[in-house]
Amino acid sequence: MSAFSRRHFLRGAGALAALGSVPGFLGRALAASVPGSGKTLVLVFLRGGADGLSIVPPVGDPAYRAARPTIALAAPGKDGGAIRLDDVFALHPALSPLLPLWSDRTLAIVHAAGLPGATRSHFDAQDFCESGTPGLKSTADGWLNRAVQRSGGPEGAFRVVAIQPTLPRMLVGDAPAVAMSSLGQFRMPGGAAGGTAFDALYAQAVDTALRTTGIETFEALREAGSAKLAQLPPANGAEYGGAPIARRLQDVARLIRSGVGLQVAATDMGGWDTHVGEGTEKGQLASRLAELGGALAAFARDLGPRWADTRVVVMTEFGRTARENGNRGTDHGTASVMLVLGGGVRGGRVVGGYRGLAKSELFEERDLAIGTDVRSVLWETVQAQLELRDGSRVFPGFSPGTRVLG
Amino acid sequence: MRDPLLALVLLAGCATASSGGGTPGAVAPRTGNVDPLHLPAVSWSGEEQAVHVLNRLAYGPSPADLQQVEQMGPATWIAWQLRPADIEDAAVDRRLADFPSLSMSTAELVAAYPRAKKVAEAKGISLAGKSPEQMRAELVGVVEPFHLPRQVGAELVAARLIRAAESRRQLQEQLVDFWFNHFNVSADKGAVRWMVSPYEREAIRAHLFGSFRELLGAVAHHPAMLFYLDNWASTREGFNAPRRGRLGLNENYARELLELHTLGVDGGYTQQDVREVARCFTGWGIRKPNEDGSFEFHPQAHDRGSKRVLGTEIAAGGGMEDGERVLDLLASHPSTARFVARKLAQKFVMDSPPPALVERVAQVFLRTGGDLTATYRALFESPEFWSDAARAAKVKTPLEFTVSAVRALGGTTAGDVPMVQALARMGQPLYRAQPPTGWPEVSQPWVNPGALVARIDFGLRLASGRLTGTEVPLPAVDGAPDAVVDRTARAILHRPLGEQTRSTLLAALGVSEVMPDGEQRRVDGAKLVGLLLGAPEFQNQ
Repeated sequence: MSAFSRRHFLRGAGALAALGSVPGFLGRALAASVPGSGKTLVLVFLRGGADGLSIVPPVGDPAYRAARPTIALAAPGKDGGAIRLDDVFALHPALSPLLPLWSDRTLAIVHAAGLPGATRSHFDAQDFCESGTPGLKSTADGWLNRAVQRSGGPEGAFRVVAIQPTLPRMLVGDAPAVAMSSLGQFRMPGGAAGGTAFDALYAQAVDTALRTTGIETFEALREAGSAKLAQLPPANGAEYGGAPIARRLQDVARLIRSGVGLQVAATDMGGWDTHVGEGTEKGQLASRLAELGGALAAFARDLGPRWADTRVVVMTEFGRTARENGNRGTDHGTASVMLVLGGGVRGGRVVGGYRGLAKSELFEERDLAIGTDVRSVLWETVQAQLELRDGSRVFPGFSPGTRVLG
Repeated sequence: MRDPLLALVLLAGCATASSGGGTPGAVAPRTGNVDPLHLPAVSWSGEEQAVHVLNRLAYGPSPADLQQVEQMGPATWIAWQLRPADIEDAAVDRRLADFPSLSMSTAELVAAYPRAKKVAEAKGISLAGKSPEQMRAELVGVVEPFHLPRQVGAELVAARLIRAAESRRQLQEQLVDFWFNHFNVSADKGAVRWMVSPYEREAIRAHLFGSFRELLGAVAHHPAMLFYLDNWASTREGFNAPRRGRLGLNENYARELLELHTLGVDGGYTQQDVREVARCFTGWGIRKPNEDGSFEFHPQAHDRGSKRVLGTEIAAGGGMEDGERVLDLLASHPSTARFVARKLAQKFVMDSPPPALVERVAQVFLRTGGDLTATYRALFESPEFWSDAARAAKVKTPLEFTVSAVRALGGTTAGDVPMVQALARMGQPLYRAQPPTGWPEVSQPWVNPGALVARIDFGLRLASGRLTGTEVPLPAVDGAPDAVVDRTARAILHRPLGEQTRSTLLAALGVSEVMPDGEQRRVDGAKLVGLLLGAPEFQNQ
């Protein structure tokens, strides 16, 4: 059964319940169905506009240091310097936990990635990155949900999970998705008896959104409870540490490792809006990157053999101005970097259409110009992990050009 | 129970709930000088009208308020709520007296609730090079836990929850929620932790019923907003600040002022307007943010050149008045009227308000020079507000859900940690919304499995007395189980139960079967209330 028809079947089940049948068995039957390909896509959204020019600084670009007199990272080899990746680019030293992934070629970096026609407003830029339709506000669902709707993936309550308090815009839509702050907080209130009662109450709900959400909820709760998912310890000596992003990725790893059929996971991380006092090898941005790098490295290690079937995309809504502002920070800009990690990635490379920071190359004479459309990278990832062939419904009006990730 | 007064209130609540109506303790209001609203005719019963009004203008029906609206009639009750100064609220005022931080200025708050590190330094304890664990060990016994900066936020949250649950000025409390959210700042951002309480008091609460321009101006001047959106650090290009080096323009506040506070994202402005507005506001700053925290204009930092905003020339040399001119332009702009009208309609009527309603309310806003009371009035008098399509059409926010649960039973809350944590689990940690957009005004983002679990869990814990600091009296359970279920459901959901729902509830309560001696089991009141608060019908308003 496709996701689309299943959703409608469940809606129908709610109506049936009103006539006296019990939908509980249906959820259990669906939850018990077998996972499919076993591939997982994990999307990490950095909210606030992360500064690609400090995350992967173009230390080989002569204009870089001039644009950022107080916040440019020191050259590779110097004290606190960036880590050399190739002739142009280096890695922020706080991301050093990712170096082993770079070396074994499961980390690729896309530089100068952005969404054409987007804006410098957080609100709008995030909205467009998540709807997948830049410039078009009326799109009701998210690109990632549309992708799930069209993939013949595994059925089950944990097929699509967001580890964050509310469902992100990119996962809103007809395909069922579960949002939770953490796995540990996701358990049946009132025990099994309470579950049975609420299951029935929600199956009868008049409000459609509450009814369908209720059916999804009780289905997932039964599965999480029986598998004791939240207690699964990390494997292979992975150490996550206490950062919120680390705890979230650990929960994603638990879902992948316990084979509950996770196909898509999303989470996010704030603190990237560095208008004032951005810092260099230490400071505000470095602290965020240390948390992110440590969490991703632990996640890769924890997954062990499942890393080969997993692909992580790290993205943000926009980059920041090429030049630093008057407060040793940067303002809202245009292109930034994306990180793509996982077993199937042809990594160890910086790809994308970086054109440099010379004034003539900047967008509106202030921002790193977009060299690669974010949607190209997302579409290639969706193709690989969800095994889709036709992207026209995922990103309407967008035709991907030459492959970015190869 | 610590407070004998509180015990009395609770007992009164008990009596009300058990007799299925009863006499609420409220004093009859003074309503001599109110001008009742002109409401469209509806076919709803008096109770249905009162429930709808209390679901939207208040934090849900409480037994006392329900009776009051029914007695006064919605037209008079709403008019009375539009004049909160006429509403006696001494009981809540007495409870808020427990929170000294609520009346302090930012400077007083910084002094009274200093950072732990600062306290340690003052006592000659060095924390340099120590791990967080070592620091904690050093600070125990040195720092008074109730005089740390976090106490400012804790008291503000508690006050908000107490007021939402128990204040008689219910519309005022809903409007605090709306306008704080519209002009959101996050207490998590640096010095805002001390400024957020004065911000709510001075910028938001003081201007809920006046003109939009006054509200906008109070927000624009407030250090909490100047800090949150970085305007305090924005200067003319190339300005050399003493001790801070070369500074320059920061567009953050200017952009959100246009996009989120006034015109709306499609309101017809350009990137160039953003930049020009930012230039106008250069020099609007803060006197010592981590010490004094009051507004201060810095003429040296101001861009003295001429500017052009939305096609209007702002002549050179205007100084601080440049910003005021921009606020004048924005507050009277038709895009602002529509943007504000639409958001208010989303809050009070439905998630997708009819364009005709938005236009009508926007015209009132424009015609009255942005008179907020007139604008609210137009909204509450509209046939759309009183339409069947609007009834129970919105999903409660976590704040509305939790507070309405307390109110439904005539309960009381101290607004302390368990309540605050429950809200965070539902996705709404108060005063900590990170983005300038604030919390979503529409239902969809609040309806997801994680939040639903948190809501159901909250209802069960509240009903069984496991939510420390928040208490609700349980209804009487004497009588036949189906009568108890019907009566209690009626008191909490204010609508008759469907046959299917009733049998689900009776089955869950285990009272369908008869005991061996022929007696029927008694209904577990806590369980019944928990089921009803978690039911889908209680998530709607």
